[in-house]
Amino acid sequence: MQAIETTNLVKKYGDKIVVNSLNLTVEKGELFALLGGNGAGKTTTIKMLSCLSKPTSGDAIILGKSVVSNPKDVKSKINISPQENAVASNLTVRENLELIAGIYGNDKNAALSKVDEIISTFGLTAVAKDKAKTLSGGWQRRLSIAMALVSEPQILFLDEPTLGLDVIARRELWTAIERLKGKITIILTTHYMEEAESLSDRIGVMVNGRLKAIGTAEELKKLTNAEKFEDAFIALVSESEVSS
Amino acid sequence: MKTLALVTRNRKEILRDPISLVFFIGVPLVMLIILSVMQKNMPYNLFEIEKLAPGMAVFSFSFISLFSGMLIAKDRSSWFLTRLFASPLSSSDFIIGYSLPLLAIALLQSAVCFITAFFFGLSIDINVLLTILILIPSAILFIGLGLLLGCVFNDKQVGGIASMVIMLVSFLGGIWYNLDMMGETLKTISNVLPFVHSVKLTQTVLNGSYSEMNSHIIWVLAYTVIVFATAILVFKKKMDSDNI
Repeated sequence: MQAIETTNLVKKYGDKIVVNSLNLTVEKGELFALLGGNGAGKTTTIKMLSCLSKPTSGDAIILGKSVVSNPKDVKSKINISPQENAVASNLTVRENLELIAGIYGNDKNAALSKVDEIISTFGLTAVAKDKAKTLSGGWQRRLSIAMALVSEPQILFLDEPTLGLDVIARRELWTAIERLKGKITIILTTHYMEEAESLSDRIGVMVNGRLKAIGTAEELKKLTNAEKFEDAFIALVSESEVSS
Repeated sequence: MKTLALVTRNRKEILRDPISLVFFIGVPLVMLIILSVMQKNMPYNLFEIEKLAPGMAVFSFSFISLFSGMLIAKDRSSWFLTRLFASPLSSSDFIIGYSLPLLAIALLQSAVCFITAFFFGLSIDINVLLTILILIPSAILFIGLGLLLGCVFNDKQVGGIASMVIMLVSFLGGIWYNLDMMGETLKTISNVLPFVHSVKLTQTVLNGSYSEMNSHIIWVLAYTVIVFATAILVFKKKMDSDNI
């Protein structure tokens, strides 16, 4: 069963094509990583799939609903953890989670129950009463992902979830993300090769707005005759940049 | 429930910032007290409480523009609004979610202002209640200005721009002195802006001179409708924009 299917998805800003005829299918329960250099079109793709940006042409069907003609239905089934932490700074951890649960239509009792569960799952109990602005970057990022999950989305978009975190915080978040594998569909963008290789079921490499290659980390290594995944990525990106 | 969740968040976000409380309530209150004490020692009527209290109530609203503008601009820059735009909230949920807590604060400001004025000789009668009601369009005008500024300017710019609104209200609102003292040009400019009409409308209702309110209420209502409608349009445009 497909969670996401894009058909000739295009995004242009003026004359500049940021995402170019993207055709991509992601299965339900899959953890799919989108890789690419700066300006490759990863974040713009995520924005279109999460109804934050309208495609210039083409369409994306998310769990059977079109992002072009039915964005409201799509929005009720997905959630996003943006690049920045995107938390309400003067609210406590618990209040931030209750806010999102409420916004996604849960009544007070349902919201409290879901918040208790997510606080426990994400190990946020110790900081539940702390204001978000007092948390470290790692804890804020963890809260940001927990906020995206408290609405129980069927698809979760994680836009560079470990950007700017130290190695310990990054590894802790990897563990949290790994626990979600198979339960929901996750689309992850990242600049960290190791992150994509260790977490993802499949990886798509974007170059200049196009999906250059797609497959498992092993398949991409074989495709480029590389021993390390990082070398495979560099080979794919460099090849395209030279030819373009 | 969805809208209520956002209303609750915005109320907490604003009221938990001690600086905003100082400006919302503290500054107008202290100025009212100082000017009323000065009046007691003056041989002539410059700061009559019947004229000063309504003016100070309108002046206190200008801080609502400042802090609502800053809140929205900060929500944009921190990507918090991006997270919310990916949720099923509609544009009307957002407008109500941001406006309602600010309207409640405005009513509180007015009540505090008139209760304080009571200790300096203002009679508390039905006219005070009517005055608080007639202040609602003005409050909506200043909330609309804040929404507009927060949508158009970033969090670094909005403080400076909103301060200009505070200065305009202060100098051209006819709160501290008779506008006849300013010369014809400045008086004409003042009369084209809504602030002096807000002050005079409030003064006429407080003094029970209802027959004089028509010439001012038209200006206030016209500006309120235009500014708030523009704020809604700009906010909706922001929701559909790729550049939140």
